[in-house]
Amino acid sequence: MSAIAAVTAGGARFLLERNLMVYRRIWLVIFSGFFEPLFYLFSMGFGLGHFVGHVNGISYASFIAPALLASSAMNGAIYDATNVFWKLRYAKVYDAILSTPVGPADVAVGESVWAVFRGLIYSFGFLIVIAALGLVHSWWALLALPAAALIGSAFAGLGVAAMTYFRSWQDFELLALVQLPMFLFSTTFYPITVYPHAIQWIVRVTPLYHAIQLLRTLILGSPGLPQLGDAAYLAVLAAVGIVIATRRIHRQLLS
Amino acid sequence: MAGSPLVHARGLVKEFGRLVAVDGIDFDVQRGEAFGFLGPNGAGKTSTMRIVGCISPPTAGTLRVLDLDPVADGARIRAKLGVVPQQDTLDSELTVRENILIYGRYFGLARADLREKAAQLLDFVQLSERADDPVEPLSGGMKRRLTIARSLVNDPQVLLLDEPTTGLDPQARHLVWDRLFRLKQQGASLILTTHYMDEAEQLCDRLVVMDNGKIVAEGSPLELIRRYSTREVVELRFADRPPEPAELRVDGLVDRIESLPDRILIYTEDGDHVATALHERGLETSSVLVRRSTLEDVFLHLTGRSLVD
Repeated sequence: MSAIAAVTAGGARFLLERNLMVYRRIWLVIFSGFFEPLFYLFSMGFGLGHFVGHVNGISYASFIAPALLASSAMNGAIYDATNVFWKLRYAKVYDAILSTPVGPADVAVGESVWAVFRGLIYSFGFLIVIAALGLVHSWWALLALPAAALIGSAFAGLGVAAMTYFRSWQDFELLALVQLPMFLFSTTFYPITVYPHAIQWIVRVTPLYHAIQLLRTLILGSPGLPQLGDAAYLAVLAAVGIVIATRRIHRQLLS
Repeated sequence: MAGSPLVHARGLVKEFGRLVAVDGIDFDVQRGEAFGFLGPNGAGKTSTMRIVGCISPPTAGTLRVLDLDPVADGARIRAKLGVVPQQDTLDSELTVRENILIYGRYFGLARADLREKAAQLLDFVQLSERADDPVEPLSGGMKRRLTIARSLVNDPQVLLLDEPTTGLDPQARHLVWDRLFRLKQQGASLILTTHYMDEAEQLCDRLVVMDNGKIVAEGSPLELIRRYSTREVVELRFADRPPEPAELRVDGLVDRIESLPDRILIYTEDGDHVATALHERGLETSSVLVRRSTLEDVFLHLTGRSLVD
């Protein structure tokens, strides 16, 4: 069966329903990811920012706030996607689901959408906070939430796909090894012009760089045509992630 | 529709790389029938069940389930099946009741109907008192019953049970058997695998014996016993070295003798007579048991080895 034909995903909503059922009881856990970007904002943005002063003509806090929003969208989506590993390898949640009419594409899409949904709760909260702190500089910021959903989709899709390759809990160290440098070096804390030319090109390839570009231009009020490219790049990653995850779940559980 | 079998398989093959799990089997399961696959671990029973359950495509052969093609119409077939897998796949993050509710949702059933349905099913498997408990502290037997209740949520046309009582204590097994028997009486069609002959004898109208991916015999439990075994069996155990089988021949009454590592089986029409005769000869045994033939004996005869290991 071709992957495209398999992506019908009408049953994805049942995966969402299942996760809602689970989190209804432990809803407080949902808010755990909300504080991380706030801590960074206060320590780096205001603390360190006191010594840094201005970057590209704006306050340091204003400069990093959109990037922290982007990384929290990334971290939230990936964090939730990691639950998929447990459900896939240990809890056998999908084995049960796949013996019903629900298929692998439903699982991949459902879990990704759930991860995005959870990430959006963080993004929404953080956006309100930075708006209240006067770090939002444009009405373009209204598009920041859909943009955060797109960022979440890209990382959720990739995250769910990655989980199908993980063999043991040790593999999560590899994930941290990718996630942390991406967070630190994808122009979160300083402009890309800091890097020599060759390195700049490496940074430009990372998905988080495009996520940050997208949110930073929207929140600071200077989006342009390149942002369509950023959005397209993230959309392609989301689609690729879903297709890979669907195929892998199919191959692993329906063989 | 009447007359067309629920499952129709011809030349069914399943290969995993170089391993041939199912090696060209033919069988038909009729409506309202309890059909069993009996065989040791690794005989290909679970692979066959997964193929019929449309979660594993056959490598070769013809298969129709409910008059549909499992490869093209897998989801439509799965919508009409109830599946009890070998290992419980209950959702440990949900309660007993929620497990049934969400499983019903996977079939697209309405939430309002499922409330009542879940209550009925939990009552049927005697778990109503545990409805709002988490799944994890349940005993093995309770989990099995919950899995069975869950598999019934969509009013399946066929119930697929892969080793429904393996690992359960005797009491729990009997409770599961009782529920399955009631389902059967209500007209449900059951397909089950087992390596317990008592389970096969109690539940199956008809069964096939599988070994090494092949079907080696087919019939009702009674037919199989008549065809491949004698009416009775004398089981002898010895404290020291057992005697040579030839020494145990009792003039014309012994049909066949099997030597197993821990005992010797004498197949005969008259077990008491053979036991008495051996005793009169002064044979030193640590125990003598006369019993009627079971499917185990059929299996031993067909494959030359014991089922339970």
